[in-house]
Amino acid sequence: MSLPRPVILGCLLLAVTFTLATWMNPRCEAVTQHGDGDGLLKTVLGESRRLFANHFFVKADVYFHSGYYPSIFDHAQRERVDAHHMMEDHGGGKEDPDEEEHEKAMSLGKPRNWIDRFGRHFFPSTHSHLDKGDETREILPWLRLSAELDPTQVDTYIVASYWLRRHMGRIAQAEQFLREGLRANPTSHEILYELGSLYYDNRHQPERARNLWEAALRQWRAQDAAGKSPDPVAEDAILANLAKVEEELGEKTKAIEYLKQEVNLSPSPEAVKSHIRDLEQAAKSGAVK
Amino acid sequence: MNKVMAIAGVVVKELMRRKDFYVLFVMTALIALLMLSINFFNQDNATRGIQEICLLLIWISGLVIGIGTAARQIPAERENRTIFPLLAKPVTRGQFVLGKFLGCWLACGASLLVFHASFWVLSASRDHQWNVMNYFLGMWMQWMFLSVVIAMTLWGSLVFAAPSSNGTIILVMVSGELLLGRHLDQIGGNIGGWVGWLFYATYFAVPHLEWFDVREMVFQHHALQLQYCAAASVYALAYAGMFLLATWFSFRRKALQT
Repeated sequence: MSLPRPVILGCLLLAVTFTLATWMNPRCEAVTQHGDGDGLLKTVLGESRRLFANHFFVKADVYFHSGYYPSIFDHAQRERVDAHHMMEDHGGGKEDPDEEEHEKAMSLGKPRNWIDRFGRHFFPSTHSHLDKGDETREILPWLRLSAELDPTQVDTYIVASYWLRRHMGRIAQAEQFLREGLRANPTSHEILYELGSLYYDNRHQPERARNLWEAALRQWRAQDAAGKSPDPVAEDAILANLAKVEEELGEKTKAIEYLKQEVNLSPSPEAVKSHIRDLEQAAKSGAVK
Repeated sequence: MNKVMAIAGVVVKELMRRKDFYVLFVMTALIALLMLSINFFNQDNATRGIQEICLLLIWISGLVIGIGTAARQIPAERENRTIFPLLAKPVTRGQFVLGKFLGCWLACGASLLVFHASFWVLSASRDHQWNVMNYFLGMWMQWMFLSVVIAMTLWGSLVFAAPSSNGTIILVMVSGELLLGRHLDQIGGNIGGWVGWLFYATYFAVPHLEWFDVREMVFQHHALQLQYCAAASVYALAYAGMFLLATWFSFRRKALQT
């Protein structure tokens, strides 16, 4: 049996590829638009993408420590990846008790033997942070990847926004990223609070900040009522900021109301009470005038 | 020494003729360029992540080239029966083993130079700084690491039945050592009993190849110190020498006919 001529064979193959392309295209588009716009990543990786997202978030923390990161073997009681640690200024040095505790938790300990001692010259073995200058940009790609893979991980947006707006002056990008986070997590009081802080600190728009913090407080209370036990420190921060912004906008009565709610939550209730007294006095003298 | 160098020269030429290096280099370069095109938060100068991936690819390529080249040297000479005229030159078996090792090692060195030079150019274009000493020591340490791996593979080619099984076993062992080598004593301590002691003994007996993996120091911009790299190089060459001695000893007693 003789084979068909190459030209005929070529035409046949071309027809097959064209048919396949027309058959595949709508299916591929359906796959990429599958499930509330979560796209190809969700379809391909499924729930395992959260695992990768967490890995990339940890990677950001590794980069934040300039590569110094104890392994599971180095420290059984290693610190959990704490988003708040990535959002602190570490200028306090060893005098800062939190920093000292963190340093202890991250420590590799004394070298176990000569092999360990010598080997420590070949990997980052001293604790440091990447919070100086423009070096912090290095953690952002990992945070972006983490958010792409798991948009429900709120810490990713908060940490990225913190670095973008406070250390790199990229306010618009921080806001855009936070809004992306808010779209994926509409009930997150953390994102609303951070967005409010952005409007207050960077955009200098206290009214918008107040609206966002009020929304954050509503979400916090809704979660509390639903028994989700949200972080009380977050409520304290929201109330403190609301009191501050109301005072700034001349709404002293509202400020006092928020401060009264804060008294039981604050780590220093006496300072809050004294502030309430000052405000009440100022309100009275204002009324007399 | 001339005979050793002549055998080494043949090995280097063989690697140049084969496509392994070119394929790996093009793949690495393509992936690196693709990574460069990705932009997060309009940060075109966040380079460490890209450097990490590039160095990982370079390490994988170096390992594949090193093991792939070394694993087939002696079995191929025996299978093709070219070993008979070679040893009739006369070339001693010791010279043959040393020549093969030097050839593989130099060929790997040349490949590493090309890979790392591209990496340096890529880093400099984005990072706007030259950590010349760190970059050089990073490449040097990888080359020293490959000296042990190549010597091990040459020995393995006389111990194991086929180049494929030899390559796979060495690759698994080296990867295991790179991942767990630093912690074998801790694992032993946690397990306890005689298995724990076995881990503990292994920790002190095996070459600590993880010392040579200084990628993190390079891309995280931690300075590598020359004196420690020099000491580690002596350590690597000592282990490579031991494995070569073992290869020569095994080869001396080996029947050449397959």
